[in-house]
Amino acid sequence: MSGLEDLYREIILDHYKSPRNQGRLESPPATLEEGFNPLCGDEITVSVLLEDEIVTDVKIDGQGCSISKSSASLMSAAVKGKSLRQIATIVRTFKSMMSIPEDEAIPFVGPDDPSNASDPPILSEAEMGELIALQGVVKFPVRIKCATLAWNTFSLALKKAQDAKIAPSEAP
Amino acid sequence: MAQVSTTLTSSELTPTSAIRREDFPIFNEVEQKPFVYLDSASSSQRPLVVLEAMDRYYRSTHANVHRGVYRIAEEATALYERARTHLGNFIGAPDPSREIVFTKNATEAANLFVQGLGRRRLDATSTVLLTHLEHHANLVPWMILKEQLGFAIRYIPLTDDGRLDLSDLDQLLDGVSLVGVSLASNVLGTINPVAAIAERAHLAGALVFGDGAQFVPHNTTNVVELGIDALCITGHKMLGPTGIGALWARHELLEEMQPFLGGGEMIADVRLDGFTPNVIPYKFEAGTPPIAEAVGWECALSYLESIGMEKIRHHEVELTRYALSALEEGLGDAITIFGPRDPESRGAVISFELKEIHPHDVSQLLDQEGVCVRAGHHCAKPLMRQLGVAATARASLYLYNGHEDVDALVGALQKCQAFFR
Ligand SMILES: Cc1ncc(COP(=O)(O)O)c(C=O)c1O
Repeated sequence: MSGLEDLYREIILDHYKSPRNQGRLESPPATLEEGFNPLCGDEITVSVLLEDEIVTDVKIDGQGCSISKSSASLMSAAVKGKSLRQIATIVRTFKSMMSIPEDEAIPFVGPDDPSNASDPPILSEAEMGELIALQGVVKFPVRIKCATLAWNTFSLALKKAQDAKIAPSEAP
Repeated sequence: MAQVSTTLTSSELTPTSAIRREDFPIFNEVEQKPFVYLDSASSSQRPLVVLEAMDRYYRSTHANVHRGVYRIAEEATALYERARTHLGNFIGAPDPSREIVFTKNATEAANLFVQGLGRRRLDATSTVLLTHLEHHANLVPWMILKEQLGFAIRYIPLTDDGRLDLSDLDQLLDGVSLVGVSLASNVLGTINPVAAIAERAHLAGALVFGDGAQFVPHNTTNVVELGIDALCITGHKMLGPTGIGALWARHELLEEMQPFLGGGEMIADVRLDGFTPNVIPYKFEAGTPPIAEAVGWECALSYLESIGMEKIRHHEVELTRYALSALEEGLGDAITIFGPRDPESRGAVISFELKEIHPHDVSQLLDQEGVCVRAGHHCAKPLMRQLGVAATARASLYLYNGHEDVDALVGALQKCQAFFR
């Protein structure tokens, strides 16, 4: 099965077989978001716990193919304990790996955040750690959707968590 | 239901008698080698004669239909109408030249029927009966109308081996005015006992709409023997081009149905204060129809007839029998096959799951071996939920597939298993 090594690297298979941060967090205080991949029927629930601009915990629940499960697992490991700014950079890095156009703003940081600037910072290969294993996906265009499901769902969950934080303080 | 004709002996019908792979240019032209195409339930390939018929039409005849009074326009109209009548005869329509409405595909035909007749027959007190194994094409149009009119929808459930459970059919039919049921499932392969359902539905005062997208390409179809009232079909699954499908309905129903798409062609008269619809079937064909596609589809019908639908069905039954046992022998308890076991009561559509390997990964690895299967929910999400899976992998066979394709599938699945172990 030559040619597939790029897609199914050791790290991918490892995260597929023993996914990190599985399950759900209690909500509240955590925020839950569901995502669907209409192409293959995969469903995922991402829970995030946002405290003082830091994602202190994240959990993934759902079923999926090796690419979607390992991408979710790798993501959870990469973002846990990071600040929103750091996470925005990680998300940018992932999107650029997937060749997703840069024109979409990251929902959970403001428009003035450097990661939403025209030439936003992304991680160097050295800083990426295990995330680099996802690099092979881009050569298999139909699988990009599998890899992005968790990331998009996570971004929406984070935005929701933020909005929930803002809303009560705005209330009179 | 159409079955293998018992008048043919088995020597006349060897499993390979329907295979005419050399007629299909794609098998010679695709560079990826080998190219094992096991996704005909999604869309079939087409023989050279179909491509040539469409090309010839565009080169020599094309003009708009039903309009010009010059030679090629008349020829185009004649070809288009000949396709209509041929298709009507192909499915045993009693009034073939008036009862076939050309559409874009089976999905549009289903929407046309549901909106056209549903708006006449249904209101907030009505009930519609569907089944748990329908394609979204025979679910969502009903759901859309339900949102507008507020009727109830009931479903015929499934047995454990993936057949319709008809044990409570008479209760389910109580008070029902329309029934929608597929003749064959695109996921489980199950051939549904539609003739029996139609008989009981009629006794209960209901009309029956059949989804023939998966059945008509593979079996002799006779709408009168089936006893149904309407049927949708699609050209691209039966060796024809994409972009054309059809609704058949008894002409009284077509008369009763309200127009669905408005525009040119479907009117007899238009005034500033209203319009008078054209006669059937034109009343439902708004705008310029898929003319070249009708020509191509008609050619596909002739091609299928030249082989014989009985022969095609027999070939598929034997190949399915072979495939079911080869998959089980080759993969043991690592494979779960969904749907009925008996090849006589199913089509050549085999959905399966490999233990602990997601269907997406299965199809990716099979692709590496040149084997094309579909992975996903096959536009039947309610059925997927019933089966307790998010998706399945599906191999589907047609007249150009042979034993060697099944062997390639089994071999590739074994490699796939080894890869993820
Ligand atoms: C059972 C069934 N019904 C309807 C359809 C819809 O056919 P089309 O996409 O050509 O409209 C399909 C095709 O996938 C099908 O399998």
